[in-house]
Amino acid sequence: MSKELIHLDSISKSFDGQMILDELDLTIHENEFVTLLGPSGCGKTTTLRILGGFATPDTGKVIFDGKDITNVPPNKRPLNTVFQKYALFTHMTIAENIAFGLKIKKKSKQYINDKIHYALKLVNLDGYENRMPDSLSGGQQQRIAIARAIVNEPRLLLLDEPLGALDLKLRQEMQYELIRMKNELGITFVYVTHDQEEALTMSDTIVVMNQGYIQQIGSPEAIYNEPENAFVADFIGDSNIIPAIMVEDKLVDILGTRFACVDTGFGRNKPVDVVIRPEDVELVTPADGMMQGVVTHLIFKGVHYEMEVLAGGFEWLVHSTAMWPVGQAVGIRVDPFNIQIMNKPESEDEEAVAIDI
Amino acid sequence: MKTAAKKIYIAFIILFLYAPIGTLMVLSFNASKTRAKWGGFTLKWYIDLFHNEEILRALLNTLLIAFFSALAATIIGTIASVAMNGMKRRTKSIMMGITNIPMLNAEIVTGISLMLLYISFGMKFGIGTILLSHITFNIPYVILSVMPRMKQFNPSTYEAALDLGASHTTAFFKIVLPDLFPGILSGFLMAFTMSLDDFIITHFTKGVGVDTLSTKIYTEVKKGIKPEMYALSTLIFVTVLILLILVNRSPDKKKS
Ligand SMILES: Nc1ncnc2c1ncn2[C@@H]1O[C@H](COP(=O)(O)OP(=O)(O)OP(=O)(O)O)[C@@H](O)[C@H]1O
Ligand SMILES: [Mg+2]
Repeated sequence: MSKELIHLDSISKSFDGQMILDELDLTIHENEFVTLLGPSGCGKTTTLRILGGFATPDTGKVIFDGKDITNVPPNKRPLNTVFQKYALFTHMTIAENIAFGLKIKKKSKQYINDKIHYALKLVNLDGYENRMPDSLSGGQQQRIAIARAIVNEPRLLLLDEPLGALDLKLRQEMQYELIRMKNELGITFVYVTHDQEEALTMSDTIVVMNQGYIQQIGSPEAIYNEPENAFVADFIGDSNIIPAIMVEDKLVDILGTRFACVDTGFGRNKPVDVVIRPEDVELVTPADGMMQGVVTHLIFKGVHYEMEVLAGGFEWLVHSTAMWPVGQAVGIRVDPFNIQIMNKPESEDEEAVAIDI
Repeated sequence: MKTAAKKIYIAFIILFLYAPIGTLMVLSFNASKTRAKWGGFTLKWYIDLFHNEEILRALLNTLLIAFFSALAATIIGTIASVAMNGMKRRTKSIMMGITNIPMLNAEIVTGISLMLLYISFGMKFGIGTILLSHITFNIPYVILSVMPRMKQFNPSTYEAALDLGASHTTAFFKIVLPDLFPGILSGFLMAFTMSLDDFIITHFTKGVGVDTLSTKIYTEVKKGIKPEMYALSTLIFVTVLILLILVNRSPDKKKS
């Protein structure tokens, strides 16, 4: 891991007596692409505003490069923000928008012009210098907002759902652009989104949040393959979350059938939840299956078929390139590596978090 | 058929609304001094007007008061709008109510109240008291035209300016003010017009020997028929008309 750049130390924040962030701890390293992921209202923007200096935490500290910046105003922080709603200056041209921060820093005219040129090239909007923001499409405005931030060469760039308003194709293009910019510029990114696919595509590290708590921090692979609780499992893509009993190490009882797995250390006969991704459920003939069931639903999704199979009293969600018609008796097999065991939520708080999906 | 009826109806409304002013305008070009007879076209009254020193002094007073009261009201009103916008919704609507009441209040009540206030503070009546009164009744008009712009203002542009390194002052002057400018300008023009136009409040708060155009016309007309006054009224009417047209046009100019 590279050097630590930002550390949020036990940050709490409430609005009107309602707790929005509860003792949040988060460390971000230099040149890392960190994504805050979570459902609407979970406190992503609030976290970003605390980083940007637009909100002060009730308790806790913001440490930037070893210095406490909790009470440093936004205009004195070595970072820039791309706001959720572009927030371009509508009475200024594109060039004036981009030059705004540089003029305040009293850079030379030549330097500013070079930067404008460079930034517009970077966001693929060459030649838009003299246009007004209103005359640009949503996607173009968003790219200008990004250009306006990066010309200041911040050490940290905060982006609040910057691609939210764009259509799918443009969004994907912009995702690649952003990753390219990050690699080219060596800036640390903190990126907010509630789109799990976007988070998986772009991030080095994903922070899954819900109701002001961090649910899990990890690489996209870790978050997807080894969700730590039912909330994360469910939020990151479809999955089968099934109550089960851990019989002993590497053996789990799912709906009355014993499956081999790879997890250890949960104790004996302990209630747990298992997560099995739909694409990890194999359908075979009933005789070959570890469990038997009947197909109840079938939808064609383009890349694969989505089926629901009733087995052991549970509706299993299955993704497969092979098609099994409705009413067909099938067997279910799951590879031990694809069974992810999670502790049952313990406290009432966690229970609430798990149920409120 | 229906549209013809509509047109006639509108023609009547315009006729009744503007016939008195039209008469005044026509008479201001009438060479004969009596109102009953058309004595031919003349610009004599207009020329006399501009040779009458008292009237010119009243004109100067009017313009100075209109300009400075509008300027002061614009500054105060804009600051008030910015502050009110930052208030909680309930406090804001109460404040809006308070600022609106003076506009609905009968002018004569405002005029007399102000007069009593000045007397009780032992103030000397004159240009100063007129100016204060005009600033007072102009502020609501400014607030009324700045507030809608203020509501449209996207607060994250202000934060974006701070984010890019601007101080609060720079962010206010470079980002907030230009965005509010159309509202501020129309507020200023509105206040200027209102001040130019006012008779009643001025009448109660002016000192002896100090006159604005409207009070001057009033005293002159009381003394007897003076065609110069028709000419003067015509000029005031045209000025106010032009200003009102400007007020109504200034917000869209920005848009296009
Ligand atoms: N200034 C404020 N005053 C009162 N409540 C606020 C304020 N800002 C945020 N909140 C509340 O805090 C909670 C979290 O808001 P936040 O904007 O951080 O959510 P978010 O995760 O960014 O959601 P979204 O994905 O919808 O943007 C919400 O319930 C919101 O109503
Ligand atoms: Mg948000």
